[in-house]
Amino acid sequence: MNINVTLVIQGLAFFAVAWLVMKFGWPHIIGAIEERQKKIADGLAAAEEGKRALASASTQQDQVLREARAEASNIRDRAEKEYGQIVEKAKSDAVAEGNRQKAAAVAEIETETHRAREVLRNQVAELAVKGAEKLIRKEIDAAAHKALLDDLIAEIAR
Amino acid sequence: MTDYIAHHLVHLKWKLGEHPFMTVHIDSVFFKFLAAFVFLFVFLRVARKSTSGVPGKLQCAIEMIVEFVDGLVKETFHGHSKLIAPLAITIFGLVFLMNFMDMVPVDWLPASAHAAGIEYLRVVPTADINTTIGMALCVFLLIQYFGIKHKGVGGFFKEFVTAPFGPKGAPANLLLRLIEEAVRPLSLSLRLFGNLYAGELIFILIAVMTLGATMDALSTYIMAPMQFIAGFVWTAFHILVITLQAFIFMMLTIVYLSMAAEHH
Repeated sequence: MNINVTLVIQGLAFFAVAWLVMKFGWPHIIGAIEERQKKIADGLAAAEEGKRALASASTQQDQVLREARAEASNIRDRAEKEYGQIVEKAKSDAVAEGNRQKAAAVAEIETETHRAREVLRNQVAELAVKGAEKLIRKEIDAAAHKALLDDLIAEIAR
Repeated sequence: MTDYIAHHLVHLKWKLGEHPFMTVHIDSVFFKFLAAFVFLFVFLRVARKSTSGVPGKLQCAIEMIVEFVDGLVKETFHGHSKLIAPLAITIFGLVFLMNFMDMVPVDWLPASAHAAGIEYLRVVPTADINTTIGMALCVFLLIQYFGIKHKGVGGFFKEFVTAPFGPKGAPANLLLRLIEEAVRPLSLSLRLFGNLYAGELIFILIAVMTLGATMDALSTYIMAPMQFIAGFVWTAFHILVITLQAFIFMMLTIVYLSMAAEHH
């Protein structure tokens, strides 16, 4: 167990190996490890980003869908209302037309009646005058007794 | 039996000079270089081919160790250093591989070498105190370098006399500091050496159980199963020890270097 020059050789050999490792070994390996760690971290971040984008797109899609649905129901409501209005208007138009025609018919009838009555009254007046002439055998001055005669006619016509 | 054990504890030597210090343990140096070669071959090859894309299985395994060591360094040393982490993984890899030579059945390589004409061979470099002291001294020098680098020459030497008792306790400070500095490489090297040397010795003792056994002796049939069980248990346990010792050497180095960089 004598201590001798071997220790110098062993020490130098150890130094040499350590130097080689420090110069050519360690930096490459630790560099590769760190680079890979960075890659993995980047990949994870990208995945996270993608997930977030997907979620946002999904929300947006929901939003669009909801809007479209609301719009569709809106249009349908409007259409229904318009349809109701059209039907209602057609109904009221028809009623109004009917009324108008009825009113016209009534008016015509009234005019006709009126005219017929007028004619009848005149004839009655003439008849009354002729009858009275014959009764009193003297001519009645038509102009002088017009008021009297008109009263008579009105009484008869009533 | 004693011869067998003693034989197993002799290094293959190369005498450079008359002084006992001028001797090289060829086996320790060889197996350390082998461990260093294997470690560098695998590590640098993976490093050269390393990709930030999908890693291969080997790259994954190396990266696991690298990340583990990097995490340890980051939570111990609160600064930026290009040196500590590579140094730590070098220590872990090298010490583990050298320790792993203990897992090779204790007689395989020495016996093979003997057949090839090499008389002595010890295959575990970390069971040679020269290896552990060599590494511990490197760490010691790096601690001093780190201290000077982070505090400046003035601050570094000023701390020798001012910490931890303040300027008034200068002699005590200096004494304490010198002991502290001396104890670190000593404890670092002796801990590793002691564990591995003891482990190797126990493997040798287990091997001795059937040394010179013959098929017509009853003791052979008792000792052989016992040897198997003992060898199995100790090998399994030793897997833990060699990993733990490599880890401790690495961890203490990280801690020492971090402490050297901090102001007291």
